[in-house]
Amino acid sequence: MAEEIKTDDNKILEEIGDYKYGFHDRDDNYVFKSERGLSREVVENISRMKGEPQWMLDFRLKAYEHYINRPMPNWGPTLDEIDFDNIFYYVKPTEKSEKNWDNVPDDIKNTFNKLGIPEAEQKFLAGVGAQYESEMVYHSILEHLEKQGVVFLSIEDGLKQYPDLFKEYFGTVIPIEDNKFAALNSAVWSGGSFVYVPKGVTVDLPLQAYFRLNTANVGQFERTLIIVDEGASVHYVEGCTAPQYTTNSFHSGVIEIIVKKGARSRYSTIQNWSTNVFNLVTQRAKVFANASHEWVDANLGSKLTMKYPSCYLMESGAHGEMLSMAFAGPGQTQDAGSKMMHFAPNTTSKIVSKSISKGGGRASYRGMVKVYKGSKGVKSNVVCDALLLDPKSRSDTYPTIEIDEDDVTIGHEASVSKVGEEQLFYLMSRGLSEEEATTMVVSGFIEPLVKELPMEYAVEMNRLIQLQMEGSIG
Amino acid sequence: MSQLEIKNLHVSIEDKEILKGLSLTINQGEIHAIMGPNGTGKSTLAYTLMGHPNYTVTKGEIIFKGKNVLELEPDERSRAGIFLAFQYPVAIPGVTVANFLRTAINSRRRAENPEDKGMPIPEFRKMLKEKMDTLKMDHNFAGRYLNDGFSGGEKKRAEILQMATLKPEIAILDETDSGLDIDALRIVSEGVNALSGPDLGVLVITHYQRLLNYIKPNFVHIMLDGRIVESGGADLALHLEEQGYDWVREKYEEPA
Ligand SMILES: Nc1ncnc2c1ncn2[C@@H]1O[C@H](COP(=O)(O)OP(=O)(O)OP(=O)(O)O)[C@@H](O)[C@H]1O
Ligand SMILES: [Mg+2]
Repeated sequence: MAEEIKTDDNKILEEIGDYKYGFHDRDDNYVFKSERGLSREVVENISRMKGEPQWMLDFRLKAYEHYINRPMPNWGPTLDEIDFDNIFYYVKPTEKSEKNWDNVPDDIKNTFNKLGIPEAEQKFLAGVGAQYESEMVYHSILEHLEKQGVVFLSIEDGLKQYPDLFKEYFGTVIPIEDNKFAALNSAVWSGGSFVYVPKGVTVDLPLQAYFRLNTANVGQFERTLIIVDEGASVHYVEGCTAPQYTTNSFHSGVIEIIVKKGARSRYSTIQNWSTNVFNLVTQRAKVFANASHEWVDANLGSKLTMKYPSCYLMESGAHGEMLSMAFAGPGQTQDAGSKMMHFAPNTTSKIVSKSISKGGGRASYRGMVKVYKGSKGVKSNVVCDALLLDPKSRSDTYPTIEIDEDDVTIGHEASVSKVGEEQLFYLMSRGLSEEEATTMVVSGFIEPLVKELPMEYAVEMNRLIQLQMEGSIG
Repeated sequence: MSQLEIKNLHVSIEDKEILKGLSLTINQGEIHAIMGPNGTGKSTLAYTLMGHPNYTVTKGEIIFKGKNVLELEPDERSRAGIFLAFQYPVAIPGVTVANFLRTAINSRRRAENPEDKGMPIPEFRKMLKEKMDTLKMDHNFAGRYLNDGFSGGEKKRAEILQMATLKPEIAILDETDSGLDIDALRIVSEGVNALSGPDLGVLVITHYQRLLNYIKPNFVHIMLDGRIVESGGADLALHLEEQGYDWVREKYEEPA
C-alpha cells in the first residue's frame, strides 16, 4: 500500500523543511564600475574582468556587432517596453549582494515564507544574501561527481580549467547569428554552468544548479554549456520555485547542450521570475545517433517570457522531447513552445505543452516541427492543452509544421478547456471549497509534467500552484 | 428527528420547470427509494439537494437538521453531512483517488478547525485500505486518476468508496446500481448496508427492484413529471417491476 499511494505531500514537505542545500560564494574581488547601456567598451571590460583568452573576446565582439546590427524580432509579443539603454549589462557579484533586503517587495517575502524557506536562504535567493554556507553537503556532492569524472563548474571556471573542450563546443549549438538575443547573450554572458559527462557515465543524482552558488542567483545573461558524451546520461535541474527577485528586469540566457551518440539527457527548469522581468531565453540541444534529449520546462512569473527550447535531431535514431507548462497570471504573457528539427531519418520527437491562464493572463504556444528532405521515417507528435480559468484570460496556439519528406508520421492536437462547472461541482460536493476545487483541477492538469520532476521540486511546484491560486476566487 | 425535509420544491433549469412541488421527509436511519420513468426529474432532485448551480429553486424549502440548505454552497452542504453518489461521476484527470480523498478529508477537518494539521498519513492509508477491502477494490485503484478512464462499474464503486470515507448523515444514491455487474451490485450494496444504521438516512434512486433486494427500503416513492405521486412500502417496488408505469401514468398524468 505504501507504494501505491504516492501522494505523501506532508512527509515530503517535512523533509524539504530542513533545507540541506549548500551554497558557496565566489571570490570576485576585482573592481569594475558598472554603467548602464551597452557599448564595445562594456563588452571588452567584461572579458577583461573575467581574464578571458583572446578568442573569447573576439567571439564577444563579433556577437556585439551582430546584436547591434540585427533588427528586433517583429513576430510575437511586443518588446517595446524594454529599455535597453537603461540596463546594466554586467553586474559584479559583490555589487549584487549589496542590495538591501528591505527593498525586496513584500509579496516576494511572503511567498518565501509560505514556501517555508529559512530567512538566510530567502536573502540569498533574493540576491541580497551574504555568504550562505553549508560546505559539507556541497563538497560531498562534488566529490561524488568527481569520482565519476563528471565536470560541474561555473561557466567561467569551465573556460579556465577546460579551455580546449570548452572551445570545441561553445557557440556550436547556438551560433551568434541565431537570433538577436542569442547574440546579445554571446556578447555579455556571465554566470551559468559548464557540465561534462564522460563516455558511458550515468550521473545518478540530478545536477542541481542551485546547489551551486551564483547560479541560484541566475545572472541576467547566464550561459550554460552541457556536453553529454557517448552513452552517458544526466539530468540537470535549473531554477527554483521561490520567486527570483531581481532588480534587473531583463533576463536573456543561452543554454547549449550536446548529446552524443547513445547518450541521454534531460534539462528541467522551474522558473518563477518576479513579475517585472522580461525573460527571453534560447535553449537548444543537438542530439546525435540514437541519443535522446528531454526538456522539462515550467514557467511561472515574469512579465513576458519568450522561450522555445529546441532539439536539433542530427543523426538517425535521435529523439527529442519537450514537456512544458506555463502559468500566465494577471498582466503576464507566456509565449512558449518548442522547435523540433528533424535533420536525419528515423528521428522522433514529442511536444506536450500545457498552459494555464488566469486573471487576464495570456499564454501562447508557438512551436515548429520541421522535417528536412531525406529524413524518412520521422515521427513527431504535438499536443497543446490550454486551460483558461476565467473569461478574461487568453490562450493562442501558433503551430508551424514544415515537411519536405513524404514518409513521415506527424500528429498535432490542440485543446482549450475551461475548468468545468461539472468538475467544480463534483469536487465541491465532497467538501472542497471552490478555490480548493479549482486548484485541484489545475494541479491535475499539470500532473503529467510535475510527475517528471525530482520529488522535492514536484512538491514545491504543487505548493506554488496553490499559492498562485490563492485568493483567485470570489 | 427528521433529518431532511423537502417541502413543495419547485426547480427549473433554464426557465423550464422540472420539479413541480415535490415533498419528502427522510429521517435518520430510514432508507427511501425513488423510482420513476426517465426524465421525470430524479437526478434533478439529487443535484438540487447538493446545490448544483444550474438548478434554480423557484419555490419551496429544503431543511436539513433544522438548517435552511438552500442558503448553503455545495461544499457547505457536503460538510453538513449531505452526500450524493452521482449518476454520472465526473473525471478529474491527473488527480489520484488517494490525493483527492485526502484533500477532501483534510479540507473538512480544516473547515471545522482551522488549526487542524490534517489526517496523519499512516492513519489515512490504513483507513483507505480498509474501506477499499470492504468494497473489494484493488489497492492500486488509489493511485489512479479519479474517474479518468474508469469503467462504469468502477465509477460507481469509487462513489461508494467516497461515501464510506466521508461518512455522511444523508446519502443520495443516484442510480448507483446501473452499470454494475451482478457481483459488483452485491458488493456495493453490502458496502452501503455496512454504512447504514440509525444515524444515516439514505435516498436510493433506481430503476430496478433488484437493488432493493439488497438495500431494503422502508419507503418506496414513485415520481412522475416532477412530483412524488405514490408512496408505499417495499412491495410498491415489486408491484412496479411487474406492472410497469402505465397504471401510474393513467392515474396521474394530466391529459394533454
Ligand atoms: N442541464 C440541463 N439542461 C436542460 N435540461 C435538463 C438539464 N438537466 C436535466 N434536464 C431535463 O430535465 C428533465 C429531468 O431530467 P433528470 O435528469 O432529472 O431525469 P431523471 O429522472 O434523472 O432521468 P433518468 O432516469 O433518465 O436518469 C429532463 O427532461 C432533462 O432533459
Ligand atoms: Mg437521472
